Amino acid sequence: MNPPLFNPVAAPDAHATEYLRVSSLHAFYGESHVLHGMDFSVRRGECVALLGRNGSGRTTTLRAIMGLTGKRTGSIMINGREAVDLPPHKIAQLGVGYCPEERGIYAGLSCEENLLLPPLVGSSGMGIDELYAMFPNLAERRHSPGTRMSGGEQQMLAMARILRTGARLLLLDEISEGLAPVIVQRLAEVIATLKARGFTILLVEQNFRFAAPLADRLFVVEHGQVVAEIAQHELQEKRAFLQEALGV
Amino acid sequence: MNEIFGVPLPALLGQLTLGLVNGSFYAMLSLGLAVIFGMLHIINFSHGACYMMGAMFTWMALEYLGLGYWWALLLVPLGVAVVGIVLERLLLRRLYRFDYLYALLLTFGLALMIEGGFRQVFGVAGQPYAIPEALGGAFDLGFMMLPRYRAWVIAVSLTVCLFTWFVIEKTRLGAYLRAATENPRLTQAFGINVPLMVMLTYGFGVGLAGLAGVLAAPTAQVGPLMGSNLIIVVFAVVVIGGMGSILGSVLTGLGLGVVEGLTKVFYPEASAVVVFVIMAVVLWFRPAGLFGKEA
Repeated sequence: MNPPLFNPVAAPDAHATEYLRVSSLHAFYGESHVLHGMDFSVRRGECVALLGRNGSGRTTTLRAIMGLTGKRTGSIMINGREAVDLPPHKIAQLGVGYCPEERGIYAGLSCEENLLLPPLVGSSGMGIDELYAMFPNLAERRHSPGTRMSGGEQQMLAMARILRTGARLLLLDEISEGLAPVIVQRLAEVIATLKARGFTILLVEQNFRFAAPLADRLFVVEHGQVVAEIAQHELQEKRAFLQEALGV
Repeated sequence: MNEIFGVPLPALLGQLTLGLVNGSFYAMLSLGLAVIFGMLHIINFSHGACYMMGAMFTWMALEYLGLGYWWALLLVPLGVAVVGIVLERLLLRRLYRFDYLYALLLTFGLALMIEGGFRQVFGVAGQPYAIPEALGGAFDLGFMMLPRYRAWVIAVSLTVCLFTWFVIEKTRLGAYLRAATENPRLTQAFGINVPLMVMLTYGFGVGLAGLAGVLAAPTAQVGPLMGSNLIIVVFAVVVIGGMGSILGSVLTGLGLGVVEGLTKVFYPEASAVVVFVIMAVVLWFRPAGLFGKEA
């Protein structure tokens, strides 16, 4: 396989399977220090969830990876490239797709314009027809203005939008939040499909029941740090701890 | 009877075309302001100075380099755009994080400095600039004589405004621009180089002012003060049309030019204030302007 020019593959070593490695990451919004040394990694093709209470720094972690916070220190390796000093558009071009918590659907663009907006950042993006097959509602609403769509449709659009670009690392922030159970179920199926297709996925979730069956590993975040790592097979035995940590 | 309300028809039509010519300048200038405001969220007070620079560069190109009107039409807007881009990179860019008032003050100061610099070198007296030969004379339309140069100004302005509207509303680049206007951070997180687009947008906006300056050179005395005389009216146009609305600024610019022209026919005493009276009335009923979105 020929590696894309802008994305030279790192020398094969112990970390070769790591698609994302975040090390001692500190991030700030102005004067306020939000992340206090985040450390975790996501392997190629893995689905990892960041769990934690509101304000623990999960959303900020995704924003910091994308370069959307203020000052950042530490290291963010994406597919073997250091990203902590890059501006957001260069980070996206490393093959990262970001779905923000507020979904970020542009009110001034139609559904299809929203879908077609992000430029390609990789060669393996899904085609429009494939995306409309995956999210049939979007095909029906293709000419609707972005903000006339329901919350579920907007979430589907925010997902579809980054799948078209060829991004291989997906950062998904609270995608199940505030949606009807049937739509959450549909999104879970989509995530499972994407995992099977080899996407590397980092989920930020409040909804433990949504994340638990999907994630290979779960990290518990508190006060801007990872305080626990739980593998899928440890979920049963650590249930009590998780309930305590997440307050669910 | 060749009269309407006691005004001879040729005089009326003459003022109408003159109004359209003025409106063309208002449209191009307020379009540039609207594009800049939409993308950078700053009110570019140096816009009048850029217009003046366009006209002065046109005159200087002929005077010092022997480059005529057509070369100026091509090169001067680019030159003004480059000046704008340098100012954006060196100065404006540092102010985006702060309240928009800082950028307003900066551009106002820049306008004073640019005008002051030109006054220092060239004095306040205006310089004449001849209409290019190919555009001299007039079309005889039967019912009136239409000076070719006026027709040219109106045609260029309409073409440029239509082109700008088309690019912004109908192309992929325009979709990037609209997306970056609405949510710059997220748009950049999709891999679009938003800071570069901001810089080029500013260059394009002031380049439009430069183009208006080139077109204006043969119609007015070319001098350092021509920008500040015009820009106040243009700001009124932008306020009436609604900040940031592309189509609104173009239609309002042309419309107010015509209204001003007609006022000169029917009640000349009011022609200098009619735009501001309209502004006051519009603000009374629609604070966001005719085409602006109510917040």
